[in-house]
Amino acid sequence: MRRLGQAALVVAGVVGLTFVVTRLVPGDPAVAYAGPRASEAELAQARERFGLDEAVPVQLWNYVRDLFAGDLGISLRTRQPVLDDLALAFPASLELVGTALFVAIAAGIPLGVLAARYKGKFPDLSVRFSSMLAVSVPVFWLALVLQTVFASNLRWFPVAGEYDAALDTTSPLTVYTNVTVVDALLTGNWPILVSTLHHLVLPALVVAAYPIGLIAQMTRAVLLEEAGQDHTRLERSLGFGETSILVRFSLRPALNPVLSLIALVFAYAIVNGFLVEAVFNWPGLGRYAADAIRSLDTPAVAGVTLLVALLYVLANLLVDLVQGILDPRARTR
Amino acid sequence: MTAALHRLARTDRLAFAGLVILVLIMLATLLAPWIAPYPADDPRPVDALLPPGAEHWFGTDQVGRDVLTRILYGARTSLFIAVSTLALSAAVGVTLGVVAGYAGGWIRDVIMRVTDVFLAFPALLLSLALAVVLRPSVTTVIIAISATWWPWYARVTAAAATSVSARAYVDSARCLGVPAPLIVFRHVLPNALTPVLVQLSLDAGGIILTAAALSYLGLGAQEPTAEWGLMVEQGQALFTTDWWVVTFPGLAILITAFAFNTLGEGLRSILDPRRTVR
Amino acid sequence: MTLISVRDLRVRIGERVIADVPELDVARGECVAVVGESGSGKSTTLLSILGLVEGAQISGSIEAFGVDVRTASRSRLREIRGAKIALVMQSPQAALNPTLRLGTLLRRALKRHGVAGAEAERRTAQAVADVMLEPAILRRYPHEVSGGQAQRFALALALALGAEVILADEPTSALDVTVQAEVVAVLRRLRAERGLAVLLVSHDLALVSIVADRVLVMREGRVVESGPAAEVFARPRDPYTRELIAAVPVLPEADRVHD
Repeated sequence: MRRLGQAALVVAGVVGLTFVVTRLVPGDPAVAYAGPRASEAELAQARERFGLDEAVPVQLWNYVRDLFAGDLGISLRTRQPVLDDLALAFPASLELVGTALFVAIAAGIPLGVLAARYKGKFPDLSVRFSSMLAVSVPVFWLALVLQTVFASNLRWFPVAGEYDAALDTTSPLTVYTNVTVVDALLTGNWPILVSTLHHLVLPALVVAAYPIGLIAQMTRAVLLEEAGQDHTRLERSLGFGETSILVRFSLRPALNPVLSLIALVFAYAIVNGFLVEAVFNWPGLGRYAADAIRSLDTPAVAGVTLLVALLYVLANLLVDLVQGILDPRARTR
Repeated sequence: MTAALHRLARTDRLAFAGLVILVLIMLATLLAPWIAPYPADDPRPVDALLPPGAEHWFGTDQVGRDVLTRILYGARTSLFIAVSTLALSAAVGVTLGVVAGYAGGWIRDVIMRVTDVFLAFPALLLSLALAVVLRPSVTTVIIAISATWWPWYARVTAAAATSVSARAYVDSARCLGVPAPLIVFRHVLPNALTPVLVQLSLDAGGIILTAAALSYLGLGAQEPTAEWGLMVEQGQALFTTDWWVVTFPGLAILITAFAFNTLGEGLRSILDPRRTVR
Repeated sequence: MTLISVRDLRVRIGERVIADVPELDVARGECVAVVGESGSGKSTTLLSILGLVEGAQISGSIEAFGVDVRTASRSRLREIRGAKIALVMQSPQAALNPTLRLGTLLRRALKRHGVAGAEAERRTAQAVADVMLEPAILRRYPHEVSGGQAQRFALALALALGAEVILADEPTSALDVTVQAEVVAVLRRLRAERGLAVLLVSHDLALVSIVADRVLVMREGRVVESGPAAEVFARPRDPYTRELIAAVPVLPEADRVHD
């Protein structure tokens, strides 16, 4: 409950900050909307339409009121409600980041276990070295390199896009959730499913690089800390082997800090995904944000910012919840 | 100092390697005008897109500038951004953190909640929004990244300051009528220094990456400034045919961030072994 | 019959000698106590019998249940750990994995040593009853049980696995006085009824005088005196032993209530 209250406070602050940042945008959004050659009357009309003629506190009030009604304003660029635009772009990002995080957890935790098991030996050193590389590589560069090597040159994977556009005519996708993989699964649209998965490989790997490195490092660190605990000594004295102790005994108490890290990484991955989306032309939030930034589309930028910040808060709440389930001590508290 | 170095070399070779690389990069930064084979901004269209060779070790870019030279000067830009950002965000963060930790009560609550709000924004996102607001430039990058990085220092410092303020000697100093600023300066700050130092060294790599990303998006350094992210952006269309224009600046970012990260990890394991990665 | 036999054991970290034990035997049903102040090397001696001392050079011979602990393969060593020799540690709750129910730990340990199904259930029920715990305790997590309960559960673990020797490292010093008495009572009963051997490490001479058959006195890594408990307590030869015994309050129970 206290956590919920704190989260609500953070959300309120996020809304305020978003408002401040967007009102600072230079250039008149009304001009951006009405066009450079619009008459004074047209400009005034545009100002009125976006409420820009009001005093700033009134604007803030209107902004908050509209938010509660689920109204994020109209995009100056697409002329669609921002909420609708986000509803289209976000699922694609979620698809990318979700896949990437899945890969990161599936690879990062075992790598961390491996490193902890052979501390100071070759597997440990190579995991430490490569995870350090993974958190140090500039994503946009890694995206370009993988794209050029594996798509342009070797032609193992498609260069860009979410799935083969030709499939839209041969086997059109019925949309339920806007997450292409899920929709394709639901409707049994195998050609699109296969094509999407094929398109996902490279961008997902790039987005996964940073979280893999972080999760592996963190898993290793907490497992090594567990190894010094009294209960590990007892487990050894009961005849359990080192690997068995790491995987079956130490991993669970160690998962808590790893989980909090994943929440942090989630928001980070979405924003990192922006850069990757730009390279692979993935139709997600990143591309939407990039277009919005270029055209000074204030409501759209505000919408994206707000969405990502909210996701972050939500992810943190979720982690608290899962931690309660994983850690019996937290449950009774 | 030398003892610490020896210890680092023995116990953590990765961190020691990071330190050596960093020293080399700093030397390159200071000596760029003397060791760079060509002038910083010297387009020679006739020599455009020459592959790596004896004349140009890393090749030339689309307007005929030596890539190695641009990378050496780019190190100046990156380190300047990193150092300024760290200084600015640490100054803001440590001040607020000390105030929060020492004052306690509602002042602490307000500062910490504001910190939470800023922490809810991934660094690159808020930087993106801010970089749109301000005109794209190196200064913008510094301000934008600082705006997202100070909360970490505020948090770390507040935690250290709170624990110090609770100690008996601070209490007795307070009772003796020692003025608050003096207590903060003499007792609270020195104790917050280690965690802040560790945090600084850990953050430098992330700041280099974020700055490069902003420049890559066209929101940071502008021509003719030599900047690694910008070089990647300008070369990306040519990547399939002229690999060197993207590969070398990208590697420069990777190696620098790697060096900072390994050194930061190493320092943390020596100075502050209890804390885990964030 | 000698179950554990230690000869010329020397544990060193660098140049520093942590423990130097010329001779230490534990026979079936016997209780041997190693006493001394903290840092005297008694815990290290104990752990070296299980092969659990890390980052130190060990010389001499340690034989347990016919296995040379220093040279045996890891798998051979793991067969003995738990099944023949059990460890009971000082801080009972820290010794239990916080994320596992006590029953889960017990079941896993039994399975590790090839006991499952009905036999595992039979042994579990018997062991829990032997240490005077309720079966419901098996569904609890370590933080939900008291220190005394956790310590008795550690004994139950040893019993269920069929251990013949219990290595007890300050088993009562983290407990309240009344709970100490409880654990000591269980320990004594198990020795009488099941013929368990105990190697007890303690600085609590009052406890040692109650339970031990033989005593080793250690100081700064060296054994300064050893012999039958009654004899050592009645006629201590070494000045350090005399000091230790003199330090024991005449009315130990009454005295300890106040600290």
